[in-house]
Amino acid sequence: MPSLKDLKVRINSTKNTQKITSAMKMVSAAKLRRAQEQAEAARPYAERMEKVLGALAASMAGKDNAPALLGGTGRNQVHLVVVMTSDRGLCGAFNSSITRQARKTARDLRAAGKTVKILTVGRKAKDQMKREFAEQIVASFEEIARPRITFETAEKIAIQIRNMFAAGEFDVCTVVYNKFKSAIAQIVTVQQLIPFANAVANENNAGPAALYEYEPSEEAILTDLLPRNISMQVYRALLENSASEHGARMTAMDNATRNAGDMINKLTINYNRTRQANITKELIEIISGAEAV
Amino acid sequence: MADQVHFELVSPERLLFSANVSEIVIPGTEGDFAVLPGHSNLISTIRPGVIHVMEGTQITDRIFVEGGFAEVNDKGCTVLAERAQKVDEIDRRLAEQALSDAREDVEDAKNDLDRNAAQNAVAIAEARLHALEGSVY
Repeated sequence: MPSLKDLKVRINSTKNTQKITSAMKMVSAAKLRRAQEQAEAARPYAERMEKVLGALAASMAGKDNAPALLGGTGRNQVHLVVVMTSDRGLCGAFNSSITRQARKTARDLRAAGKTVKILTVGRKAKDQMKREFAEQIVASFEEIARPRITFETAEKIAIQIRNMFAAGEFDVCTVVYNKFKSAIAQIVTVQQLIPFANAVANENNAGPAALYEYEPSEEAILTDLLPRNISMQVYRALLENSASEHGARMTAMDNATRNAGDMINKLTINYNRTRQANITKELIEIISGAEAV
Repeated sequence: MADQVHFELVSPERLLFSANVSEIVIPGTEGDFAVLPGHSNLISTIRPGVIHVMEGTQITDRIFVEGGFAEVNDKGCTVLAERAQKVDEIDRRLAEQALSDAREDVEDAKNDLDRNAAQNAVAIAEARLHALEGSVY
């Protein structure tokens, strides 16, 4: 039976924790809004890029001289898996669901006899992947979201990927990140970055493609566009991920605040009972003392 | 309006410019071209240079872009550029600094990849300084 003082201490410490979690929830809510705005702002660019690229890729898809970023290297042996997580924890299952998927992808590839290389973005990705795949991690980026995610940081990552591809260090590149659906739902997404897999899928939704003049040639534009597209896709994944992170943290902290509330209620009831029991005990002692006289 | 063309300048981070204007001059890779209302459909890459936005014969905005591409269709003209800034906002000192840094990088480059990247940076920095020299239009 804990003493009254112990209970009081526990109640107070739980209250302090609750204050922290509810503050974190509020901060995450604000950050989530900002992340969503940023993702919103990136949309016009991404959409136009996709449209133009879809039209171009569709017309180039069948040709042999398509750039390697579009058509691939013709091999399928070395896979680069880009794992994107956050730098910070306390956001529910956000990071672990990404790394779980990434580990599964990596294991499947390895089982199929492929060589796996891993590039991590975010401190959690590195920490959680290095347990099983320490030797496969070829590069990692950390603290990229501070003060905020910029296109420059995305480009830095993209340049690293492109340089590795140009040096023939891998054949296929996939990105694992969380797609933002709502504050409570994030979808772990595995997206192929290189070769540009959407080419054929986009052909259908591009609709009746308007006839364009190309200056310079289609091929030259495509060569120019594909690297930009990789930067854009990385940027987009980073933004989606950051919105998801804040959403996940908001939900997690909301739960934590509610749990703390429940715990405080239970402890308070316990505290009051113990207090009453003590009073009753003291009364009995006084009465029985008086009777004995 | 028939005598106006809708012009949008989009960067990955935000919509930088959106307005109806009478003419836009774009520094295409194969030479500058002007977009007037009723321009035929065109997709072109852009070299580092200045986009001139014109109202009548008056230049209303001069915007420096580091590259990107332009799409012209019946709905208007859209320029996608990773980085853009108004010419008035270019800091000459910073621009000169960027150019000399980039030139050093070319010297120091150890492989072709680095050298290409550095040479691109030089071209961009040169174009940025050139933008400050004034308009040809």
